[in-house]
Amino acid sequence: MKDPVKSRPFAAAAMDNVLNPEGFSGVVIQPSRGWGGLPLGEVWRFRELVFFLVWRDLKVRYRQSVLGALWIIIQPLVTMAVFSLIFNRFLGIDSGNDVPYPVFSYTALLPWMYFSNSLSRCSNSLVGNAALISKIYFPRLIVPLSAVLPGLVDFLIAFVILLGMLLYYGIWPGWAILTLPLLLLLAMITTLGVGLWLSALNVQYRDVQYITPFLIQVWMYATPIIYSTSRIPERWLWLYNLNPMVGVVQSFRRILLNDQSFGGVSWPSLAIALVILVSGLIYFRQTERIFADVV
Amino acid sequence: MSAVAIRCEKIAKRYRIGVGRHDTLRDQIAEGVSRLFQPAKGGEAPGTLWALRDVSFEVQAGEVAGIIGRNGAGKSTLLKILSRITEPTQGRAVLFGRVGSLLEVGTGFHPELTGRENIFLNGAILGMRREEIQQKFDEIVAFSEIERFLDTPVKRYSSGMYVRLAFAVAAHLEPEILLVDEVLAVGDVAFQRKCLGKMGEVAGEGRTVLFVSHNMAAVQALCTRGIFLRKGTIWFDGSINDTISTYLRTLEEIPGQDLAERVERRGKGALRLTRVEISEGETMPAGILAAGRPAQFSFYLTGTRSDLTCTFTIYDQYGKPVANFNSATLGPEDVYDAAFGPRITCELDELLLAPGRYRINVALTAGNELEDHLEGAAFFDVDPGQLRGRPVHAHSKYGVVTMPHRWKVPLDL
Ligand SMILES: Nc1ncnc2c1ncn2[C@@H]1O[C@H](COP(=O)(O)OP(=O)(O)OP(=O)(O)O)[C@@H](O)[C@H]1O
Ligand SMILES: [Mg+2]
Repeated sequence: MKDPVKSRPFAAAAMDNVLNPEGFSGVVIQPSRGWGGLPLGEVWRFRELVFFLVWRDLKVRYRQSVLGALWIIIQPLVTMAVFSLIFNRFLGIDSGNDVPYPVFSYTALLPWMYFSNSLSRCSNSLVGNAALISKIYFPRLIVPLSAVLPGLVDFLIAFVILLGMLLYYGIWPGWAILTLPLLLLLAMITTLGVGLWLSALNVQYRDVQYITPFLIQVWMYATPIIYSTSRIPERWLWLYNLNPMVGVVQSFRRILLNDQSFGGVSWPSLAIALVILVSGLIYFRQTERIFADVV
Repeated sequence: MSAVAIRCEKIAKRYRIGVGRHDTLRDQIAEGVSRLFQPAKGGEAPGTLWALRDVSFEVQAGEVAGIIGRNGAGKSTLLKILSRITEPTQGRAVLFGRVGSLLEVGTGFHPELTGRENIFLNGAILGMRREEIQQKFDEIVAFSEIERFLDTPVKRYSSGMYVRLAFAVAAHLEPEILLVDEVLAVGDVAFQRKCLGKMGEVAGEGRTVLFVSHNMAAVQALCTRGIFLRKGTIWFDGSINDTISTYLRTLEEIPGQDLAERVERRGKGALRLTRVEISEGETMPAGILAAGRPAQFSFYLTGTRSDLTCTFTIYDQYGKPVANFNSATLGPEDVYDAAFGPRITCELDELLLAPGRYRINVALTAGNELEDHLEGAAFFDVDPGQLRGRPVHAHSKYGVVTMPHRWKVPLDL
């Protein structure tokens, strides 16, 4: 017999190890109870699969399109141009201070597009990988997790363009720029939290496929992408600020544009993001045992 | 060495089917409402199905066990539980060693990616580490025989090439316990043989294998032990030869049953087979055929459709397929007439089978959908007879077909 299991993904994926009389360790399979905790160790052991799924996603997405990776910047740039024309020029919405509107909206579009693209990908991730789920074992969490990662690459590329724009407009971000990863992390937490709920619900109720785009659209109007927060009436601000993406977008603007308007991440919104993530994890873990049967 | 590799203790699996499965919220609400008005009766909830019940067995390390049984017997479900894809509803199983499962070839293959890229992706999905794949890369490519197409997206592959590549990756997985579900049913015969060889190698290396297949010849060649699943329970567990003969015997019990009532079937079921009649011709007694004489297979259905196709395969008594008939392949003498009623008939001018016992599997398809598929839909005996004046004797050990022929012999008679 070869040496038993040690750190190889399959057997190491044990829920708990037992010893048989002859002294090997093994895997026990039985009906699970409760939500079973967070399988972080297991996800870590399958990290290469996460890497390959992300790699597949990026590769496939841009392989067949003529413009390829250019799409990553075309989407935010064109959106920015449309916003500037319609909302700024025609409707007279401005940045609320002397920041030029194009860079004002582009700065907000970066975290927003990460959120909206990753969320819709995440929401369809389990259903889209049905063949994998019903034929192979791996921690199911890997699927939504690897759906929120490719967006980071898009974000980075679009971010380089932003730096160019800042240079062009002569805007110098301060040292606070080093806290951007933390904000991105908050955006990821929000995306993953909502994505866990939607992806798991989608397995059982295909309605989610229709709800997601609608949800994202409504969410965009509840986030200061087009307009600045100074437009929100004072007495509604507490409610408005519960949206974690408000904090993310506002802070992006503050840090990158030296924008002095109200903003920053509020504690309640942080708490909400965490509650969504934790409840999403629990719901996901509790329903994942039937994924393979119903997907 | 007689360590246990797999131990199952009273494994049971319940599936929700029909009413229990909702694809939209509206269905769920509608069902909730209808429940209000007709409260569920006691006992088993409607729309549940026990795919497995009380399945207990042990497999020793190094043992190669074949799992056989008819469609819907629960074979795939058992492998899914052992590979942790789905949970058992009751019972428990313990596996000692690294588990690799192969329930389908090419799971996770992406059509847009090249063969090379898919080798890495599929390897990772099957649980191999990157260095491990890199190390075996050349071997995998050599096994798959697709070197020239390595950098072509797999969507441009023929289905044979696709299967080769997929199997090649899977075959280089090195688990201590290998679970294989019917993956050899695809691919050409030469490649199938190569895969069987590889699987034999795996078995020879002392790895534990659970092998599900409908191909009795393959099961017999590979396995030493057999487990026969029937309606979700273990019907027989013993040496592979005993298991196969028990299985084939139960296939024969079926003809007494009304085909329409049979539950062991696959397909959508909008159209079903109700009866099969086999005879020499319209007015001849049923069930009696002779070598070299005409034969007629009549399939009675619950209805007809314009795009209906009937396929049936004759198997010999060892479970080997002998001949396949498909109404979708058009011949100049085929006759089409709605007046034939819900019945489709296949006529043979001379039966080229050697004397012996045979069974047929029947599949009905409409459009591209499988409507009904029955294993062992009918049995028949072929008696000795004459083929174009030449006698065909019983009990030839060599082959199951007979052909019209003539000799030229250097003798003056
Ligand atoms: N996800 C599922 N949901 C509901 N019922 C299922 C599901 N999977 C399988 N079943 C049912 O469970 C039973 C056993 O199915 P299983 O696939 O294990 O059979 P099998 O022995 O592998 O058959 P085959 O030889 O056709 O592959 C069948 O009646 C099938 O309809
Ligand atoms: Mg099966």
